[in-house]
Amino acid sequence: MLYDVKMTVNGAAVAGQVEARTLLAQFIREHLRLTGTHVGCDTTQCGCCVVHVDGVAVKSCTMLAVQAVGRSITTIEGLAAADGTLHPMQEAFREHHGLQCGFCTPGMVMMAVDIARRKPGADEKTVRHELEGNICRCTGYQGIVEAILDGSAKINAARINSAEA
Amino acid sequence: MGQFGIGQPVRRKEDTRLLTGAGQFTDDIELDGQAWAAFVRSPHAHARLLSVDPSVAKAMPGVIAIYTGADFAAAGVGRLVNDADYKNRDGSPMRKPTREVLPTTHTRFVGECLAIVVAETQARARDAAEAVEIEFEPLPAVAGGMRALAEGAPLVWPGLGTNEVVHWEYGDAGKVEALLAGARKRVSVDLVNNRLAPSPMEPRVVAARFDAADGQLTVWSPTQGGRRIQQMLAKLLGIPAAKSRIISIDTGGGFGVRSKMYPETVCVAFAAKTLGRPVKWRGDRAETFVSDYHGRDQVNHAEMGFDAEGRVVAMKLATMVNVGAYLSENGLRLPMDGGGRIIPCVYHVPEFYFSVRPTFTNTVCTDTYRGAGRPEANYITERLMDKAADAFEMSREEIRRRNFIRPEQMPYKTHLGFEIDSGDFDGTMNMALEAADWKGFEARRAVSEKRGKKRGIGLAVFIEGAGSRPLEGMRVRFEDDGGVTVIAGTYSHGQGHATVYSQLVHEFLGVDYDRVALVNGDTANSPETSIGTFGSRSSMVGGMGVKQACDAILVKARKIAAHLLQTEAERVVFEAGVFSAGAGGVTIDEVARASRDPARLPEGVTPGLDEETTYKGDSENFPNGAHVVELEVDPETGVIELLNYVAVDDCGVVLNPFIVHGQVYGGVAQGVGQVLTEDVVYDEAGQLLTASYMDYGMPRAAHMAHIDARFNVVPSKSSWLGVKGAGEAGSCGAPPAIVSAVADALRGYGVRHIDMPLTAERVWRAIEAAKSNKAA
Repeated sequence: MLYDVKMTVNGAAVAGQVEARTLLAQFIREHLRLTGTHVGCDTTQCGCCVVHVDGVAVKSCTMLAVQAVGRSITTIEGLAAADGTLHPMQEAFREHHGLQCGFCTPGMVMMAVDIARRKPGADEKTVRHELEGNICRCTGYQGIVEAILDGSAKINAARINSAEA
Repeated sequence: MGQFGIGQPVRRKEDTRLLTGAGQFTDDIELDGQAWAAFVRSPHAHARLLSVDPSVAKAMPGVIAIYTGADFAAAGVGRLVNDADYKNRDGSPMRKPTREVLPTTHTRFVGECLAIVVAETQARARDAAEAVEIEFEPLPAVAGGMRALAEGAPLVWPGLGTNEVVHWEYGDAGKVEALLAGARKRVSVDLVNNRLAPSPMEPRVVAARFDAADGQLTVWSPTQGGRRIQQMLAKLLGIPAAKSRIISIDTGGGFGVRSKMYPETVCVAFAAKTLGRPVKWRGDRAETFVSDYHGRDQVNHAEMGFDAEGRVVAMKLATMVNVGAYLSENGLRLPMDGGGRIIPCVYHVPEFYFSVRPTFTNTVCTDTYRGAGRPEANYITERLMDKAADAFEMSREEIRRRNFIRPEQMPYKTHLGFEIDSGDFDGTMNMALEAADWKGFEARRAVSEKRGKKRGIGLAVFIEGAGSRPLEGMRVRFEDDGGVTVIAGTYSHGQGHATVYSQLVHEFLGVDYDRVALVNGDTANSPETSIGTFGSRSSMVGGMGVKQACDAILVKARKIAAHLLQTEAERVVFEAGVFSAGAGGVTIDEVARASRDPARLPEGVTPGLDEETTYKGDSENFPNGAHVVELEVDPETGVIELLNYVAVDDCGVVLNPFIVHGQVYGGVAQGVGQVLTEDVVYDEAGQLLTASYMDYGMPRAAHMAHIDARFNVVPSKSSWLGVKGAGEAGSCGAPPAIVSAVADALRGYGVRHIDMPLTAERVWRAIEAAKSNKAA
């Protein structure tokens, strides 16, 4: 049996028909063909599939597509500005060598944006612990942690500036 | 040359694409009309296959085809073979069973492919795979290498009468034993080098298409450069190599394990060819754990004898390496061809005896994993040095200092016939000790002690062998729009080759950095003589390929420029992309354009400026370094926390420090994983207990400390560029440095060594055992 699902993905209304067991990650990758969201494990450990659901980081391999009905999803493809300008966190990953092979990167960046939102001013130790659910095999995390500290500072400074303005 | 030349920390070209979700990994590819494959895998570590019956599964909805070992045998699919040729001391050859792609009579490890099912969807294929009926007669199995060598152990290959692949030896055992017996001090270590799952974050995926009209097979899969896989696949399927094309667009990490030929690749390609329809298989993480080759898995017994001054007089080493159920391409070679290149590492050891027993077990094969034999070798010598420091009551740095191979001894011929061209081991160690404030450590130990923590500091000095098989083709092409394209058979899967090769072309030809592009990952256009990316080789062999091609381009371009400037070639000066003579000048781009017009060429010069060249070096290079780590152990829980990590690396001339630092950090993390968290565990029946990230301890961000990475640049003499490979150094340094630090922290308890991985439980048990020993 197929179910109708409707949700907003990267600002656009999308609809599809899925099986009850279809995971949000599968819906994003296979139905919408947004392949930036990756799947690296079967057990919700690796975090390669992190997207935002109503602005909150979620492992899309651990949510059913039918649970996302009516919600607003942001994937890595929806993070940069429409003109291609990178999001400050993407820019920070580039600046600090926060990626090598790039497979864990989309989930890492989406998680990083969430850390910046939840833990403004987080120190290095906090950032490291916040990354418990995101595995990277290439970078030794050093560039990632530096990128999150820097990107987070820039995002939150911009937030304060815009609040004051 | 400016901010984009050699040595500059240029940000990576690759990143914007990968950061915006525009990467293209194999699972992102969908082929028109593709069917899906799933594998039937062995649940037994060792069993006879009494019958394989796919008839029920074949009748299930959506199932297109099922192929078993019998089908492959009937179709004449080849076997996976190993071309090593080691001999026992008596001259008899190594044992060399070949591997059927799908076995017909026995299965020899859990997870082995027994049949491939092709269906309309992945779910249908997986459902049908579960319905393939196989009757097994379980046989006794053995998973541990030392157990497999014991008398009466179950035999993986009963026909061979032993699990030992070969008993290979180097050196004079009697002479070494006499020297050890007569030494002032004799120390020995017994070390387990734990089995690891390389675990690139991208699981293994294969997609294949066969075009019957022209007999062309195309396979998409994550690789480290497809040349060798192309050739092996062609041979196995009986097609010309030219009709076998391997494409990797993006690959999510390699680490050695993605350079191999796996049965799944052959099966998917066979199915696509036989059905005339594209087929795709996406391995999940559990499948990747059971079927990707593993790394390490050695047990070593080593001894060193020292004279009264603490100088080594002799060393002996006995290595068991667990190769798994079959001979993979390199598994059995690693102690000899991997670690053997450098052993006994940074130390001058006058007499050396070395014996290696590669051993079959009922487990998946082991093969190259970051460092591939060199981390194991350095771990042995570094643990011996720490033990010797204890024996002589000498500092760990002093015992090392007395035994380093000195710069004036270089080029230094190693026991197994390699030549270390350069290195400053004492200077590198001193840099690391200073950066880590080694001398001031005791004050920090005292502070930790007050907080109830046991603080330790550890040191490792190591050497690597990089850039093996120094042969690599490279092509440089001028585009109509003024850009330059490097076409390579090396393959960037995280190392940033597009960035570094662009820096080189910019440096050598003066072309704008932004106008240089890299094409790699496709055997249809990579140079015939390319081999690929592995063993920390691309900066040297790929870099030299680019250099050689650019040199050839300049020779020709100068002639053309002289003709255009109406002068002699000798009078033409080339600088920053412009050929000039007196007031006149032409850019290399203008020369490239002119080169296509025969009317504008001097006599005897053929049109075009593109070059294809093959770099052929005489030797590899020997990166080395010293790592110092400081950590705390919580004696109540056994939890280790890394506090400071200093890595001083001599990787020769650094082409891009930004990228090389990244390689060091990543290598260190894989070393930290080996020491603290990672361990592939098979139970005695050969069941894999660590087949998910819930059970296999991948290092997380919180396991790592910030790494202070520095360079002691000693240019390599092995190539004009002076580079030494940087990719695998970290995984050599971290294990011995961390074990040394933990032993230092637990000195007060009398704990001098704990086998890896140093999980909290193991550390806690070691402390408790030491305490009760003392009490007793």
